[in-house]
Amino acid sequence: MAMVLNEEAGMLKDAARGFLADSAPLAQLRNLRDTDNADGFDRKTWAAMAEMGWTSVLVPEDQGGVEMGYVAAGVIAEEMGRTLTASPFLSTAVMGATALSRFGSDGQKGEWLPRIAAGEAITAIAVDEGRKHNPSSVTTTAERSGNGFKLNGKKSFVAEGHVADMMIVSARTAGSENEAEGISLFLVPMDAAGLAVDRIKTVDSRNFATVTLDGVDVTADAVLGEVDGGLAALEAVLDAGRAGLSAEMSGSAQQCLESTVGYLKERKQFGQIIGTFQALQHRAAHLYSEVELGKSIVLKALQTLDAAPEHAAMMVSAAKAKLGQVAQLAAQEGVQMHGGMGMTDEFDIGFFMKRIRVAEALYGDANYHAEKFARMRQY
Amino acid sequence: MSDLESFREEVRDWLDANCPAEMRRPMASENDAVWGGKKTKYSEPQQLWLDRMASKGWTVPEWPTEYGGGGLDKAEAKVLRQEMQRIKARSPLQSFGIWMLGPALLKYGTHEQKLEHLPKIARGEIRWAQGYSEPNAGSDLAALMTKCEDKGDHYLINGQKIWTSYADQADWIFALVRTDFEAKKHEGISFILVDMDQPGVTTKPIKLISGKSPFCETFFDDARAEKHNVVGELNKGWTVAKYLLTHEREMIGGMGSGAMRPAGDVAVQMLGKDEHGRLADPLLRTDIVRLEIDGLAFMSTMERVSDEAKAGQGMGANSSVLKYYGTELNKRRLELMMDSVGQDGLEWGVDDDVAANWLRTKGNSIEGGTSEVQLNIISKRILELPSA
Repeated sequence: MAMVLNEEAGMLKDAARGFLADSAPLAQLRNLRDTDNADGFDRKTWAAMAEMGWTSVLVPEDQGGVEMGYVAAGVIAEEMGRTLTASPFLSTAVMGATALSRFGSDGQKGEWLPRIAAGEAITAIAVDEGRKHNPSSVTTTAERSGNGFKLNGKKSFVAEGHVADMMIVSARTAGSENEAEGISLFLVPMDAAGLAVDRIKTVDSRNFATVTLDGVDVTADAVLGEVDGGLAALEAVLDAGRAGLSAEMSGSAQQCLESTVGYLKERKQFGQIIGTFQALQHRAAHLYSEVELGKSIVLKALQTLDAAPEHAAMMVSAAKAKLGQVAQLAAQEGVQMHGGMGMTDEFDIGFFMKRIRVAEALYGDANYHAEKFARMRQY
Repeated sequence: MSDLESFREEVRDWLDANCPAEMRRPMASENDAVWGGKKTKYSEPQQLWLDRMASKGWTVPEWPTEYGGGGLDKAEAKVLRQEMQRIKARSPLQSFGIWMLGPALLKYGTHEQKLEHLPKIARGEIRWAQGYSEPNAGSDLAALMTKCEDKGDHYLINGQKIWTSYADQADWIFALVRTDFEAKKHEGISFILVDMDQPGVTTKPIKLISGKSPFCETFFDDARAEKHNVVGELNKGWTVAKYLLTHEREMIGGMGSGAMRPAGDVAVQMLGKDEHGRLADPLLRTDIVRLEIDGLAFMSTMERVSDEAKAGQGMGANSSVLKYYGTELNKRRLELMMDSVGQDGLEWGVDDDVAANWLRTKGNSIEGGTSEVQLNIISKRILELPSA
């Protein structure tokens, strides 16, 4: 597959950039933060995204979607990374849609996918329990109870958990804490009895949730995929999210670079534009090279997800690891080269540094994915 | 069957019938590479493979047939590459003529120049050297001072070139010379083709830290060049030089990215694994995994830049990104190879030793424009940062 955006994706990119710049620029995130908005995102913007088909980008046509694929989803995520637009796009349109369309029963698909496509349902993924991402480390339990299961445990760092209608929860139906076997996935409505949600404000001015499951009853129909064999499905869903996050980080890194280069062309010291200093030029040029490599590996991962999702894990881990490094470099160099202004809340560059930190940690940081890559390479 | 699929069958059958068995084995060392030219005698299978491929125009598949090429489009050329890879066929011919001079002649040469030189490049008859750098014109290439005077019916050349790769084995040299000493430094340079088989041209190999001598000094003492051998306009040689440099950069940047064994595999073979199945040296493992991930990102970038160029979206300065990143990556790779082979890799003078390769890569980020020059180009041309 040629590594260029086709016409459709190119048009989507232009449309997304225009819409986000006009309707959801970084000022929107500032405002959400400053007003302590309870949702952590703008509902009107989300409705407009649904109107444009963004929420249905991975939903099959027979479920009311436009199913444009992962490259298209990545294009949207990348543009959101430029404006740091807060929305449930990743949790719902990317991961929720992937989970249901690839692993859902007909009934589950029919119940959720049309609503996701229409922007009427928000989904969350509840996977982690500890400080570091580790999908096979599960102590939340799902015990058989009558025709269904009873869930007990605690999930942390659940993106959009405070606004979701439904949450995909990993829980142990067999095996011990770190075993790959014995993990099952459940679709849990957020209004289920015994479920408590704590909203957490994070450093990036966005919201996550800690979710406590205290004897939550679900029916057998709530199982997504196979009982005891849920880890493979979970990894596939996570990979979709990781690729989307990598695309977002790529957009953020590009924006950091552009803002920084712009600043280098304006700021004067010692009677000169500081962009004339070779010490800064070489750092900016190195950063440009890294950002270009980041764009390439993200596109490769997204294309692999479209062409052969069952073989995408290695490329996705490579992309998440590379973008973790590239985007952090972009943020750090950006703040440094903005000088004192880079330390102010007034300038946007600090927002990028904070969001990139969160995106880097979410669903596995660069070290996690480098380790995973090495294991897949069998060394 | 599509045209491309029937072409694939045709290629497959032809390669099966025409690629000698000896040419389907990996090269044991760089001495097995065929560079053509009058001064080197190659083995029978090497010469046969070269002649047969050249007869199809497939040493330069995408060049026009009238100049000795195969006249293939990009899709067909890709099929040929794939089919050659399938049977592990060696490249029939390596050549600065193919990689550097050819593209420049195709763009800037006259029809007569193309007719005279391109078919000989395609057939491997003439081996070319590149005369760019001088002792006082390295990174500041446009400071070159080799003097080229108009003597009416010919040009007379005096001066010295340095870092001319394999000049002692070459037949002709494409060189940058100064034809106008009054003009600004970029505006008095011409691009000229010189036959090296004359008393006025001599070469002297330079021994490198690797112990090998792939480079020479080349001296011009009243050397003669025919007037029709200036490529492009007189005094406009810098334009040709820059175009050719983008090809050289891509060539150097891409070296060592494809053919070599992955660093992780080499390290496991040398050092083994621990009880968890991980490479026995945990800190080396970290460096290697980061290298391999960067390598994947780099390969994807090579692919993207090439596909963007085909789609008309590319920009020339990207060759500087490939040159910069590719050569720095290659240096990192060879440092990790040295770490992997450990003390065994320190033996000197053995055939094809890692140490010689390791030392050779240090030149990658110097030749064809240093890493620092590439960063200058990126900041000026792409980021459009102002000059002091």
